[in-house]
Amino acid sequence: MTDISTQKTTRTQGKFDHLIYVLRENPVTLLAFIMFAFIILSALVGPAFVPYDPLETNASRALQAPSWKHWFGTDSVGRDVFSRVIVATRLDLSISVAAVALSFVIGSILGSIAGYWGGWLDSVLNRFLDTIMAFPLFVLAMGIVAALGNTIENIIYATAIINVPFYARLVRAEVNIRRDAGFVRAAKLAGNSDLRVLAMHIFPNALPPMMVQVSLNLGWAILNAAGLSFIGLGVRPPTPEWGIMVAEGANFIVSGEWWLAVFPGLWLMFAVFTFNLLGDGLRDLVDPRKRT
Amino acid sequence: MSLRAAQSIPVVIGVVIISFLLTRALPGDPAVYFAGAAADEASIAEIRIALGLDKPVIQQFFIYVGDLLQGDMGQSISSGQPVASDLANRLPASLELTLVALILSCGISIPLGILAATRPGTWVDHLCRVLVTAGVSLPTFFTGIVLIYLFYYLLGIAPSPIGHLDFISLDPDHITGFYLIDAALIGDWETWLGAAKQLILPAITLALFTLAPIARMTRAAMLTALSSDFIRTARAAGLSNRKVLYVYAFRNALLPVITTLGMVFSFALGANVLVEKVFAWPGIGSYAVEALVVSDYAAVQGFVLAMALMFVALNLVIDLLYTVVDPRIGFVAK
Repeated sequence: MTDISTQKTTRTQGKFDHLIYVLRENPVTLLAFIMFAFIILSALVGPAFVPYDPLETNASRALQAPSWKHWFGTDSVGRDVFSRVIVATRLDLSISVAAVALSFVIGSILGSIAGYWGGWLDSVLNRFLDTIMAFPLFVLAMGIVAALGNTIENIIYATAIINVPFYARLVRAEVNIRRDAGFVRAAKLAGNSDLRVLAMHIFPNALPPMMVQVSLNLGWAILNAAGLSFIGLGVRPPTPEWGIMVAEGANFIVSGEWWLAVFPGLWLMFAVFTFNLLGDGLRDLVDPRKRT
Repeated sequence: MSLRAAQSIPVVIGVVIISFLLTRALPGDPAVYFAGAAADEASIAEIRIALGLDKPVIQQFFIYVGDLLQGDMGQSISSGQPVASDLANRLPASLELTLVALILSCGISIPLGILAATRPGTWVDHLCRVLVTAGVSLPTFFTGIVLIYLFYYLLGIAPSPIGHLDFISLDPDHITGFYLIDAALIGDWETWLGAAKQLILPAITLALFTLAPIARMTRAAMLTALSSDFIRTARAAGLSNRKVLYVYAFRNALLPVITTLGMVFSFALGANVLVEKVFAWPGIGSYAVEALVVSDYAAVQGFVLAMALMFVALNLVIDLLYTVVDPRIGFVAK
């Protein structure tokens, strides 16, 4: 009993040490984690702390440049841009997290089935994925939202569908190379069912590369969702959302009111940049070749 | 080669099926939608028969394919024209923008990638890395707006973002639809300059977006090629640095770069929609956005299908290019 528990602690300690080692070696990854924490925090508690109501209009303070009172200025109907940018974090993040979670689940199931059983299931799935990839992905998302109806849920579904091929292919490859591995045969001989072997023994091996993909994908999903709302799909005004705020601000940029579009755009970039850095950092963490 | 062409047939069939499903998945009943707000039961039923919606789905699909084969993508509600002719009219503007942007971005990113690979650890390498990481985080529509602010509002050196050509100039005669080529063909250099001025900001926006993946892939492929045995042999044989770099290493690095170029083209086609919206560029992307706003579904689905077919054709061309670039790749041998 004691043996096992000490073994366990050393193992977790080893992982923790490795994390510390990677973070110390690569300060950029540490920075990415800090930025990530900041974004999560502003999504969770941001709406409670912003100085103004993001929807409250006030014609007397319309189009004011950034000042101490309004850090990011005010928009054409006098709403505080800073409050709107912070409040929007939650919506943008939820859309992309929901979409990525959905494609993670669907991609994992499809990829596991195709990789484990192979045969005609595999060929059909591959054909299907090829077809999705044959569309320019943003354009396909536009088409899906146009067909299903212009709502936030459909933005999520569309973003999920265009991301499924990446996950399904990754899982398929990871499952396929292990389906005849020694530990899989042992598990089967021990009397586990195919489904159990697949879910409990093979699939967990695909998780580390999947996590990297998730992180990189989150940034991409945010860009995608913001792009869709920029062209007027999904989120409707006056809801605060980065893409729609940039679109509204675009009308004022030619007359010099730059803060309307620039701040939400910068925040969007910051979020995407964070997830990309995080993905690169996670790749260092899980890449066995760097674990020396 | 014909084998490779045959391989894209299932993909085209898949694309047509998905686009058919998207057309049928209109929110609510398409007949009610097409009949308009003031329609009664009888006129809805009439439209349902006229659209062929009373027939079984399989039969509807074959009618849809038959229409497509005759180049019929339905009627646009907003313009009143057939969708196919609308798209054909607006396609040259989009292609002109995308191609100029891709040429621009290849012209910068490939030399940058080569420089970064030959001088690892220097400032060129760091510049390349920063550009690559920042480039993938840039929302195209945002870059476009910032560029407008800098070059139009602050510096005043770019024309106002109102599309293909300013109000003063007349459109050049329609020969190819590419304004730069048309104006050059008829020798109207004033118009050419005007069109080029309008084009430069949106092209830079799109180029910035596509820069990152090409530079990254060029750098990686050049590093791989430069560290391989045949380069060492070539150097040992006393070939000049220039020859080793451009004839031996670059030729071998070109293959993954071309693959990336295909992927980048897909991104660029998607980003095109956003850039066209920002710069009021009269291409098929802004056509689709306008159609989306007024719920003109036939136009949107026609646009999606046209983009997908274009992309399939492009992938075919890229695969055929492989055999030109690298004769070792044969499709018959596979």
